[in-house]
Amino acid sequence: MFWQIDLAILTLVVVTAVASIMVKDLLGAAILFGAYSFLMCLLWSIMGAVDVAFTEASVGAGVSSVFFVAAVFRTSRRTKD
Amino acid sequence: MKIIGLIITIITGAFLVYAAIDFPAWSDPNSPASTYLSPYFIENSMKDTSVPNYVTSLLADYRGFDTMFETTVIFTAGLVCFILLRISGGKEPETSHYRHVLTGVTVTLKKGHKIPESEDFERIDDLWTPPDLIIKTSCRLMIPFIQLFGLYVIAHGHSSPGGGFQGGVILGASIILLAISHDLRTALEKMREKVVAILCPIGVSIYAGTGTLCLLLGVNFLDYSALASVLHVDPIAARSHGIFMVEIGVGIAVMTTMIWIYNNISSAGKYNQGL
Repeated sequence: MFWQIDLAILTLVVVTAVASIMVKDLLGAAILFGAYSFLMCLLWSIMGAVDVAFTEASVGAGVSSVFFVAAVFRTSRRTKD
Repeated sequence: MKIIGLIITIITGAFLVYAAIDFPAWSDPNSPASTYLSPYFIENSMKDTSVPNYVTSLLADYRGFDTMFETTVIFTAGLVCFILLRISGGKEPETSHYRHVLTGVTVTLKKGHKIPESEDFERIDDLWTPPDLIIKTSCRLMIPFIQLFGLYVIAHGHSSPGGGFQGGVILGASIILLAISHDLRTALEKMREKVVAILCPIGVSIYAGTGTLCLLLGVNFLDYSALASVLHVDPIAARSHGIFMVEIGVGIAVMTTMIWIYNNISSAGKYNQGL
């Protein structure tokens, strides 16, 4: 694989990981966490672990984002800290 | 408090990076995992189990005991959501809203009152928005294909990426998509609460039951080669069929757990209205 793609994805992984814990808006954090999961899925598939990438895409980026959004919808959208 | 947390995180991260230096380099041919462990599974998976995708044979056969308890963990997660939200918090709402379909008049009823079943009134959510024809129609068109793909992923896990976990999640996501695009009540009509709650332990029991069947036939727990006498195939093909049986169990358990968790979280255990 091209190292440029690797580097770009790794940078975005760090950016989304830090951003998802820094943002005040919990809905935004949920979406950023979904983006983080999807980038991790890309990393897994670059490394050749297709089964793990599939699981990450379906569970991490798909269903868990829905669970987070549902939990935010039923609680509050702003963090207390 | 924030600063203490930051310091702890940085120290833990530094230790992790320090520990990661000792790891063998990625795809190092001389690392212990690459010298004898991985080559064994890569070379013998096809001979032992006749499953081309050795990730599947590794997950469901060589370390099948581990995967069984992974399924149990998923089932426990669904059960905990059910106990926390549905049993302790799931009370009937104070008011319920009905909408007269032809005129659009909304009727609010207090607890205990009900409108007789008729075509004129439909039950609506507190935060009701007019139904969007484009979203409803496109989701209705997509859901059968998503479910077909989920079944394909479960059935084709032997020779392509996928298996019970991924296929189960995709099948569960199709019902969740129905609940999001229409409303929770429509999804509950298709997949009732009792059906979900019964199918979930059944999925885990299919896995454990396959293992127990092997035990009753006189070999180790989850040693599928014993199924050869039951299925009338040779022991290698029996291991392949045994993997398929437990994949079906995992698929059912994961699918229903996803729907169960979604139903409980999105309605806060009340099952009256979702997202």
